[in-house]
Amino acid sequence: MDDREIQLRRYKSILSKYLDDQSEQTLYKGQQFSRKMIEQKISPEEAVSLHVSAMESLYPDMPQEFKNSYAFLLEMMIGYGFAYREHQSLRSRQQQLETEIEIAANMQQTLLMGEMPTVESLDIGAVSKPAKKMNGDYYHFVQDENDCVSVAIADVIGKGIPAALCMSMIKYAMDSAPEQRMQPSAMLGNLNRVVEQNVDPNMFITMFYGLYDSFNHRFYYSGAGHEPGFFYNAENDDFGELYTKGLVLGVSKKPNYREYSKDLQKGDMIVLLSDGVTECRSSKGFIERDEIVAMIRSNLHLSAQEIVNTVYRELEKMQEFELRDDFTLLILRRKV
Amino acid sequence: MNIQSCVEVRNEWDIVKARQEGRNIAKELGFGSVDQARITTAISELARNIYLYAGKGRIEISNLDSSGKIGLRIIASDDGPGIKDIRKVMEDGFTTSGGLGAGLPGVKRLMDEFSIDSKENEGTEIITTKWLR
Ligand SMILES: Nc1ncnc2c1ncn2[C@@H]1O[C@H](COP(=O)(O)OP(=O)(O)OP(=O)(O)O)[C@@H](O)[C@H]1O
Ligand SMILES: [Mg+2]
Repeated sequence: MDDREIQLRRYKSILSKYLDDQSEQTLYKGQQFSRKMIEQKISPEEAVSLHVSAMESLYPDMPQEFKNSYAFLLEMMIGYGFAYREHQSLRSRQQQLETEIEIAANMQQTLLMGEMPTVESLDIGAVSKPAKKMNGDYYHFVQDENDCVSVAIADVIGKGIPAALCMSMIKYAMDSAPEQRMQPSAMLGNLNRVVEQNVDPNMFITMFYGLYDSFNHRFYYSGAGHEPGFFYNAENDDFGELYTKGLVLGVSKKPNYREYSKDLQKGDMIVLLSDGVTECRSSKGFIERDEIVAMIRSNLHLSAQEIVNTVYRELEKMQEFELRDDFTLLILRRKV
Repeated sequence: MNIQSCVEVRNEWDIVKARQEGRNIAKELGFGSVDQARITTAISELARNIYLYAGKGRIEISNLDSSGKIGLRIIASDDGPGIKDIRKVMEDGFTTSGGLGAGLPGVKRLMDEFSIDSKENEGTEIITTKWLR
């Protein structure tokens, strides 16, 4: 017995039961049967034809008009079959696209993130999670032979694939300007030119770029419209803002990026973040910067990596595990 | 038995005529009612394209018997303007009917075999086959 005959037998038995009892229970059976038919990719015209065959065998003496009307209905259903098949084909194409995006997202992570620096004087922690498959946030550490560590954190205004592609461009622009690595303001000026010339005018990039000099424990930094970070002074047990002045990358031809510096004592911390952190929304509204500070403060006894992981987990929980924006949080703490 | 038919398509009546020929042949070859409706719909779509875009052309219907397999073949041909970007018209979601899933990709899915050959300013030939199961 082939598939169609088995289906026909089942359909016929449910249908004739319904014709007998007209009960809700039999209708429920029918609903379950229809789910099975959909799973087996039975097209609308085949479903109608099943019904027609069942009726013909239940009522061999059915009036000719009814038979004719079924033939007509079948013809009508072919059009629905068209739409059904297109839906199937579009669905499989979408699944294929999603797989491709996932692969691209993984490639992007490995391409962009690079290695975490290991410097004796610094304890470093980083977490970066995309809201969708591809991350529009970006961070990058580079450690040189003198144990100077440069750190970049950036956020493309705009999400998804275009933002991620843009990030790749920024990374290669940074890699190809090694002489500016030591000068945050010059680095931002250079990146501004790249973005201004190459990127769609509706796409903006905010960035914070800093350099930690392990020799004198001084942190040099500049910002381009980026969410301000925090500076933790261990001696006073006090968090301050790492304010920077400078336009978002790509809006102006000749912006001025001011350079700042901070001296770090043992236990002092630099906290850098993307606006995905401060734009987290809980059921009580936006999460205030103060609350982030409070979360960090209550975890100060942990390592930098454990702190960022803990903050991420807590914020994730507060948002019911649904990230609305890419989330990046970095901590650099002077160890010795 | 060698059933064959050729309908010249010039107006909407001819579309109906081609459908009728197709249905008769499908029935004679032993196709079930669902496949009959599919074959006629395919003929309809192809004939309508000829009528709309080429002005005139032909629908040829023949039976196939290759190593015991029985099939029905439709050949739709015209000397009209041709199709510039075949890949594009074979994409889902492209047809002017938009979202009905009809048109050439729909025909391809209704049938078992489908091939299209078209040159700009020379014409279009579409060959499509349904096998009896
Ligand atoms: N015989 C033909 N000669 C020239 N162009 C054709 C021919 N057949 C199709 N085309 C072109 O290919 C396009 C796609 O045809 P198709 O039948 O898939 O969709 P459609 O006719 O636009 O919409 P519908 O879903 O209503 O059929 C047509 O819009 C037309 O430009
Ligand atoms: Mg058409």
